[in-house]
Amino acid sequence: MTPAVEFIDVTKRFPGAAAPALDHVDLAIEPGELVCVLGTSGGGKTTLIKLINRLHEADEGSVRVNGVDVRDVDAIELRRGIGYVIQQSGLFPHMTVADNIACVPKILKWDRARIDKRVDDLLELVHLAPHEFRDRYPAQLSGGQQQRVGLARGLAAEPDIMLLDEPFGAVDAITRKSLQNELLRIHRSSGKTFIFVTHDVAEALRLATKVLVMDAGRVQQYGTPEELLQRPATPFVAELFGART
Amino acid sequence: MMETISYLISHADLFLEATVEHAALVASTLLIASAVAAAITLACLQSRRAANAAVELLGAFYSIPSIALFALLIPLTGLGETTAVIVMVAYCQFILVRNALEGLNGIDPAIIEASRGLGMTPAQTLLRIRLPLAAPAIIAGLRMAAISCVGIATVAATINAGGLGSVLFSGLRTLNVPKILGGTVCCVALALAIDALLRTVERLVFARTGLR
Repeated sequence: MTPAVEFIDVTKRFPGAAAPALDHVDLAIEPGELVCVLGTSGGGKTTLIKLINRLHEADEGSVRVNGVDVRDVDAIELRRGIGYVIQQSGLFPHMTVADNIACVPKILKWDRARIDKRVDDLLELVHLAPHEFRDRYPAQLSGGQQQRVGLARGLAAEPDIMLLDEPFGAVDAITRKSLQNELLRIHRSSGKTFIFVTHDVAEALRLATKVLVMDAGRVQQYGTPEELLQRPATPFVAELFGART
Repeated sequence: MMETISYLISHADLFLEATVEHAALVASTLLIASAVAAAITLACLQSRRAANAAVELLGAFYSIPSIALFALLIPLTGLGETTAVIVMVAYCQFILVRNALEGLNGIDPAIIEASRGLGMTPAQTLLRIRLPLAAPAIIAGLRMAAISCVGIATVAATINAGGLGSVLFSGLRTLNVPKILGGTVCCVALALAIDALLRTVERLVFARTGLR
């Protein structure tokens, strides 16, 4: 099976940085996985996902999405086919909830009726009553509700791949738990590939079908949560999970 | 006080005509200045360094006294409204461009990143995200520019551009205090009226974008 996302010997350096952000990364993510990317800040987690939707470009090596090198497709087209959800939601404050969610479908010129239906379906999916939330502005939502809308916006154009960069980093523990449940449910029912960056080990163990541990720009280990807990490949992985066992 | 009021009433035609002239001067300045500022701002968006240089340059220009600039331009464009409008358009650029750039560049980077990540082109990000979010700053700049233009336009009377400045200067020459006060009242009223108009525009923009 063609991996949903594949990194082949990818290196990324940022100008002025002593060490590369990603250092010869090889990785193949099968379709349908929910991969949690774990690691310390500056370990290359965010860089990794931004290379997938070409917010960054690799200096060496090749990043492939569904078997195609991302450099061989138009960056804008590529991004429209990949869901993107970020910390603090990144919602557009001047647009209603419905307009935020409809953003990519509108760019893709879906017809009005289809967009309206999709917005309502997505609001139902993330458990926000459409008639109540459709016309609100982001400032009128709680942090957890904003994150739900961010998730719905990422899912709007039915991408096969979802990139989520610490989406639940700024919400309280109880809200976070319910958002995690939603995410698990959506992932299971959609069959899409989710790549989820987090620095929370418990969150990763709870959500992931596969965990990817990054440190100093290198892949420390990639495997199921059980594999990582039972057979940590490097001292870094052992230490990361050690605090819990 | 009573003297000024009775003078204003007895010379209503004079004051009305001068105010209309003054308003026309300010309005055409703002119209042209907005177009020029839009072009400069767009160019500045291409590079941060160019933007900084442009704002510095416009700021330096802004500090030249208007009367000196009027004098400098007379050999090129002669006396009258054209020269006045050119000078005022140039003055407005500093306020307009600086405000627009601050508005456009001061947006939460997470919002810009989200728009790129969702697959908006740079033009879509500018039109759908940055411009609406910068609108309050842009309109605030326009309001400031309008008020300062009302002031500068009075000085333009020295180069025969007409308006309330000619009333004020003729009052000064003849030491006609009611005339000076009357002209001042008209100036203030005009500035307040233009500001109120732009505030209404601002409110409409806020209401449309849902920002508070």
